[in-house]
Amino acid sequence: MPRDKSIRSVLIIGSGPIVIGQACEFDYAGSQASRSLREEGIEVTLINSNPATIMTDPVVADNVYLLPLEPESIEDILKKHNIDAVLPTMGGQTALNLAIKCDEMGLWEEFGVKMIGVDIAAIDITENREAFRNLMEQIDVPMAPQATAKSFLEGKEIAQRFGFPLCIRPSYTLGGSGAAIVHDREQYEKLLTRGLHASPIHEVMIDKALMGWKEYELELLRDANDNVTIICSIENFDPMGIHTGDSITVAPAMTLSDTVFQRMRDMAIKMMRSIGDFAGGCNVQFAVSPDAAEDIIAIEINPRVSRSSALASKATGYPIAKVAAKLAIGYHLDELKNQITRTTSAMFEPTLDYVIVKIPRWNFDKFKGADRELGLQMKSVGEVMGIGRSFQEALQKACQSLEINRNGLGADGKELRDQEQILNSLEHPSWNRLFHIYDAIRLGIPFKKIQEKTKIDFWFLKQIEDLIKLERKIEKHTLSSIPKEMLFEAKQKGYADRQIAHLLGCLESEAHAKRTELGIKRVYKLVDTCAAEFEAKTPYYYSTFEEENESVSSDKKKIVVLGSGPNRIGQGIEFDYSCVHGVLAAKECGYETIMINCNPETVSTDFDTADKLYFEPVFWEHIYDIIQHEKPVGVIVQLGGQTALKLAEKLDRYGIKVLGTSYEALDLAEDRGSFSSLLRECNIPYPEFGVVESAEQATELSKDLGFPLLVRPSYVLGGQRMKIVINEDDLETTVVDILRDMPDNKILLDHFLDGAIEAEADAICDGEDTYIIGVMQHIEPAGIHSGDSFAVLPPYNLGDLVLQQIEEYTKTIAVKLRTKGLLNIQFAIKDDKVYVIEANPRASRTVPFIAKAYGEPYVNYAAKVMLGEKKVKDFKFNPKRNGYAVKIPVFSYSKFPNVNKELGPEMKSTGEAIRFIKDLKDPFFRKIYSERNLYLSR
Amino acid sequence: MENTTSPNKAILVLEDGTVFEGYAAGKIGTTEGEIAFNTGMYGYQEIFTDPSYYGQILVMATAHIGNYGVHDQEVESEGLKIAGLVTKKFSEIYSRVGGNGTLQEYLERDGIVGICDIDSRSLVRHIREKGAMNAVISSDNLNAEALKELVKKVPSMEGLELSSKVTSSKRYVVKAENESCKVALLDLGVKTNIVRCLNDRGCTVEVFPSDTSAEEILSTNPEGIMFSNGPGDPSAMKNVVEQVGKLVDSGTPCFGICLGHQVIALSQGLSTVKMFNGHRGVNHPVKNLISGKAEITSQNHGFVVSRESADANDNIEVTHIHLNDETLAGIRVINKPVFSVQYHPEASAGPHDSRYLFDDFVAAIKEHVMN
Repeated sequence: MPRDKSIRSVLIIGSGPIVIGQACEFDYAGSQASRSLREEGIEVTLINSNPATIMTDPVVADNVYLLPLEPESIEDILKKHNIDAVLPTMGGQTALNLAIKCDEMGLWEEFGVKMIGVDIAAIDITENREAFRNLMEQIDVPMAPQATAKSFLEGKEIAQRFGFPLCIRPSYTLGGSGAAIVHDREQYEKLLTRGLHASPIHEVMIDKALMGWKEYELELLRDANDNVTIICSIENFDPMGIHTGDSITVAPAMTLSDTVFQRMRDMAIKMMRSIGDFAGGCNVQFAVSPDAAEDIIAIEINPRVSRSSALASKATGYPIAKVAAKLAIGYHLDELKNQITRTTSAMFEPTLDYVIVKIPRWNFDKFKGADRELGLQMKSVGEVMGIGRSFQEALQKACQSLEINRNGLGADGKELRDQEQILNSLEHPSWNRLFHIYDAIRLGIPFKKIQEKTKIDFWFLKQIEDLIKLERKIEKHTLSSIPKEMLFEAKQKGYADRQIAHLLGCLESEAHAKRTELGIKRVYKLVDTCAAEFEAKTPYYYSTFEEENESVSSDKKKIVVLGSGPNRIGQGIEFDYSCVHGVLAAKECGYETIMINCNPETVSTDFDTADKLYFEPVFWEHIYDIIQHEKPVGVIVQLGGQTALKLAEKLDRYGIKVLGTSYEALDLAEDRGSFSSLLRECNIPYPEFGVVESAEQATELSKDLGFPLLVRPSYVLGGQRMKIVINEDDLETTVVDILRDMPDNKILLDHFLDGAIEAEADAICDGEDTYIIGVMQHIEPAGIHSGDSFAVLPPYNLGDLVLQQIEEYTKTIAVKLRTKGLLNIQFAIKDDKVYVIEANPRASRTVPFIAKAYGEPYVNYAAKVMLGEKKVKDFKFNPKRNGYAVKIPVFSYSKFPNVNKELGPEMKSTGEAIRFIKDLKDPFFRKIYSERNLYLSR
Repeated sequence: MENTTSPNKAILVLEDGTVFEGYAAGKIGTTEGEIAFNTGMYGYQEIFTDPSYYGQILVMATAHIGNYGVHDQEVESEGLKIAGLVTKKFSEIYSRVGGNGTLQEYLERDGIVGICDIDSRSLVRHIREKGAMNAVISSDNLNAEALKELVKKVPSMEGLELSSKVTSSKRYVVKAENESCKVALLDLGVKTNIVRCLNDRGCTVEVFPSDTSAEEILSTNPEGIMFSNGPGDPSAMKNVVEQVGKLVDSGTPCFGICLGHQVIALSQGLSTVKMFNGHRGVNHPVKNLISGKAEITSQNHGFVVSRESADANDNIEVTHIHLNDETLAGIRVINKPVFSVQYHPEASAGPHDSRYLFDDFVAAIKEHVMN
């Protein structure tokens, strides 16, 4: 059946602000779905309160509503537009919940809106554990023994019946909070009581914990004719016991026989068919017993696209959200073409001739006091994906993508050698367990013990052991004696030149030169859904070390845009928004665009965003090799946050053109000393400051600057390790702490302007003319990181004189820095005097916000300025200025119950929302304004 | 593991002179055959023991092979049937509690020569562009020039009859636990799972060697006749085709799989052609034109029944087509309880979407018996 012609207008619900467990994968899904529907001539209306997303951009949808995700907003939209259908499967659980709420209120029925992509029955049954369990029993799909307890006594009986270990989950609490795994009776009684109390209905679900069982996920698509295909199988490196969002995962499944896989496939299809009658995507999770029986148990099913389906799309090349949207409007799978080959059918199961490894990215350092052990509740804030022609290569590349100051897995001098600490980490996994497995093997801890403690599959552990065997061989050599074959093997196994240099005791550049001389060169292979069986038409590449290079370099004029790597606090989806716009703007100017990024959740890594996508670590060696191969006219580093920006120095050193603002200017703004000289020259006030390298120097300097002081290491992201101190004792402790963790780092001390008001300005400059795109005033007083403050666009109570100073200073600094592109300046205002706190000559977190609020494509303009294609005066600026736009920071504290909600100069929010208000009498504004000092920490 | 402990080099030479260098897997030696690639990611043991692969050097496109070792239960015939193995990463260790050994030991046991650590993707692309061709793998003679001479002498698959090399030497019966009917199976290189699928449905199966006459089979009064899969060029099987024609004419319900499908087609006057590149994998989409449903199928064939010859024949109804290239995937003989598919409903390796065909066969038998 071709598409349902009665559907002419579709509403897509987004997932709202980024929080742990629901991140930018839904921006990717929503954007893809929207484009997929518009291709069919369908009018797409989109609602999302998250301004940092691409999906809420006019390039994606016909009508965009940046409104709170509430039934009232939906009602407003339905009154304004003649919506035929709502697609709630692209916005995570948030969107499904909102769709259910609207359904209960009868909104869909009232406005004659059909639900597509899922049905209410399916959402209901997958959320109601008891009903789901009964259904699975009916269709003969086994699940782990489970029961509910409404009292302490009942709970104890259940434990006796099932035996330990057990999972306790309080009913009706959000995001798995309060869930725990219990290993013994004593602990059980304590946690059972706690769980019962945590539940609003005094009820807990208790299930037998399948600790150490192997964990798998399947991604399914199903059409209205009940055809089903499995798009991807994903195997968790970390067995059951760790949330899949916090597990290292691998595709295709590495240790699965066809018999077990097919049984799992049959079960998944049966499950999807049983939960409802709908056309769309589904994610199913399974556990397999690690014994000869190979029993399979279903864990859960999600009738929507998910984090895993975003990963599966990037892993296989098969655009799940795009196809799911087509299925939702009636198409059958066999009527659609494979989007990659464009000649074969979309009704097939992708097959891989490479391996992908996903590693989550955590930010525990931002949450003091947080329980860092991984468990049933997801704690990571982002993820990276490495692609290679073997598991080992993909694993090393994923480690190189993480940006945690490691050069890969091991071979970088950062090994842990404390046996006790390692053993503890193996048993109580946190963000660094993978590295500690490596350390354990290197230290010679018996293999059996490592297996016992981690329960990770033997095959995976052997792969890591094999890497260490190779390292030991390499270590016996020097740069001149290492045989070509050994070097080639190391490169094939994913070792970075830096790691090899470490093993050989030479410089990275020497290792690179040696392998180049030996003819060991990176080649690029296509991600093509079909293991090369058919010709692929999409330019989605990864690198490896083999014979044939499939990436043909064109002689068009081209540019590279560096992506922002894994999402983390301080560097999130905003930067992906900017990267995507940078790519689109460069395309408009006739450039061939090349995107480099390693974050599978993003729109920038969609195969049809840039002309060429290199899914590679944003790591020097990989970037340099791509540049050598492609020979672009230059590289845009301004859009990808600190990840991209910090590579500017090396690009410049290697004679590669940094497009837009030059490296010297970037460095000038980053270097406190020279930047202050510039401010002094221009008569621009700034807080008194100094640079120190020891606690003694700090105490000395504090006498000149006076307390309170803002202490921070230089060159950091999102206010990392930044602290305000009020006396010498505090100061000493802080400095010693920083130097312990970041030796050789210089420390900046700023006089802290207590009680000051903060504001920031974003501007586009072409070196001569500057256009200020927006000034935002923070609601909280100085001392809270700009990313964590409520902020209002335009300022709500700054005097004309102050605004004048802000504008004047912004323009002066922009021109002085010879900015070509974007610039963000942070100000503190005290007693009507404006101080410049810092200047960032790059796309800031607030640019997408201002662009959305004013309805203008500022990143597009800025990119054209960077490329030298346009001057500021070439644009006609016409911002829509009605009332105010409030930026609302959103936190994920609920995932860390032991952490105080306390704000300071170090950023902690994971996402943001936008809210438009007419005037300052608005009750929402008055509420947040009156609470502005509530969470201020010292 | 891999190339750090298996220092033996190996070399692969294609008929067109292309050479790939890698490391030895399996037995040290030299082997020859027609090169073909399979894109399946799981089920290597089932694939390697599938008699349809007889005479073929098989490239496994997936990155890793051998990770879960081998298992006594996961064989499609008594031993390895491929002529040689080409792969990227070959695991000499395995992880599976119920497993019965490494793939390396298994290859050595059956004397199969293989090569690993080559740019298998570039090889697959090469075959995709140049089509099926012969090849030689050697780990005991690394002289490329000598091997280029050797590969010239390998006979072409076209016109090659291979069924007789893999068929059973004598008749045997596999009883169903709850026997409800009797099926005769003409073994052209049968996969164990075909017999199992029939047994599971109450069919006791009597297996006949490929050179058995129609009369001999009919003399056992079978209620249904199954024509199995197998290797080689169907057009070189004149005698078998003739016997199949008689069996089809007998009015007994018949079901053909893969080579069995091709011989039914030939017996009805259709023709077969050698494909530029065969279909080998577990992700092939097929559309059932009768039900309108699509299914994901396991496939393994280098020859195909010509679609034109089927369309032109009034006695034949096309029931299934391959969705990627619209080649013929299934037929039915009009007014006879005879049908066949080009793909593998018994799967193993592969998805179980098409098992309904065995149910259809049993239903046809029951209906025929009733009448």
